[in-house]
Amino acid sequence: MADTMQFDLVSPERRLVSVPVREVRLPGTDGDLSAMPGHAPVIVNLRPGMVVVVDESGAEAEFAVTGGFAEINNNSVSLLAERGHARGEMTQAIFNEMMVDAIRRRKIAEEKHSAGEEIVAAAVKLLADMEAMGTHIGLDPNQASVPD
Amino acid sequence: MPSLKDLKNRIESVKNTRKITKAMQMVAAAKLRRAQEAAEAARPYAERMNAVMSGLTAGAQGSDNAPRLLAGTGSDDRHLLVVMTAERGLAGGFNSSIVKLARHRAERLRAAGKQVEILTVGKKGREQLKRDYGDRLVHHVDLSEVKRIAYGNARDIADEILQRFEDGGFDVATIFYNRFESVISQIPTEQQIIPATVPDVAEGEAMGGADSQYDYEPGEEAILADLLPRSVATQIFAALLENAASEQGARMSAMDNATRNAGDMIDRLTTEYNRSRQAAITKELIEIISGAEAL
Repeated sequence: MADTMQFDLVSPERRLVSVPVREVRLPGTDGDLSAMPGHAPVIVNLRPGMVVVVDESGAEAEFAVTGGFAEINNNSVSLLAERGHARGEMTQAIFNEMMVDAIRRRKIAEEKHSAGEEIVAAAVKLLADMEAMGTHIGLDPNQASVPD
Repeated sequence: MPSLKDLKNRIESVKNTRKITKAMQMVAAAKLRRAQEAAEAARPYAERMNAVMSGLTAGAQGSDNAPRLLAGTGSDDRHLLVVMTAERGLAGGFNSSIVKLARHRAERLRAAGKQVEILTVGKKGREQLKRDYGDRLVHHVDLSEVKRIAYGNARDIADEILQRFEDGGFDVATIFYNRFESVISQIPTEQQIIPATVPDVAEGEAMGGADSQYDYEPGEEAILADLLPRSVATQIFAALLENAASEQGARMSAMDNATRNAGDMIDRLTTEYNRSRQAAITKELIEIISGAEAL
């Protein structure tokens, strides 16, 4: 069995990363998981968080994603995220944008009376996950100001 | 018969026009390349999305509790037409061809007794539809400030549409845009986005589904519920990009025609100018000669 697999990180606008890797750690909605070559095929929903990629030499690279889903195969992982940034590229400004977006979503969900509790809970969770991600990489989640 | 001065002015003005159309053509060519690259770059995401979607939808379509975005509301009486045009004109038949297709569709739906509402993206479509469907235009998205179409733009449009769907505003949504075929050919296209149509995926590429080897984490339905709104946004994003490329392509060929036409016109006017000049010289010569003979 090959000891690496193909990892693709794709955003709607372009392909961000395409490298051979040894391991990928993903933030699934129901909990984190790690995919290695030979993994059973699975499609996973992701929450906002950090994706850790371990390349052939064992070096780790981290990417911040805003949720999406991943398709894991025997020999490849394709991650479809609405936004993805390498950890080094993550600035407070980018994080603020993400936060504003998440806060706006929660507001919309809360204002909408027709929405079930599930939808509101999902939006709240999204926001919390986003905050946790920011704290994890040392960015301040409270700097995002939302225009009303 | 115009005087020599008039002709000269005329030639000058046509030359200026040609300069402008030539410049516009070149700008459009540069923008076209960028637009094409953007459309190209967006393809992997859309393809993956379609592949996963087709697997999931095939499995869910038969089940009773399929999401409404997939199964529909159970009727098709109220239609939302999303007409995507450009913010600018001078692009040949680009805007008119989309509007024509949408209008045609709206007429057919009306004749069948359906209710039609129209959401416009881009100023030009709105202008053209205002006269006949003024009271049917429910919303307008202005992209005139947008330099490069980002996924966020598409998602805002998708959110607006999904909101209306959830509020029970319509049963079926269709988008109208120009598919980019080549610089000289853009094909007006209509595409139903709600309820979701199962995307065409070549045999063997389809993934997931009831008989697939995939596991779903969390359940199939949870993923589908998450995926369907994303898929709407992705389709709109793809349409916006195709439209942007088509617009530049249409403008490029329209301006190419205009430039060539101005060139022909200049040639014709120059011939006329030279003829008049020669005629004037001949006339003067005859006058001198006949004057000399009279002596």
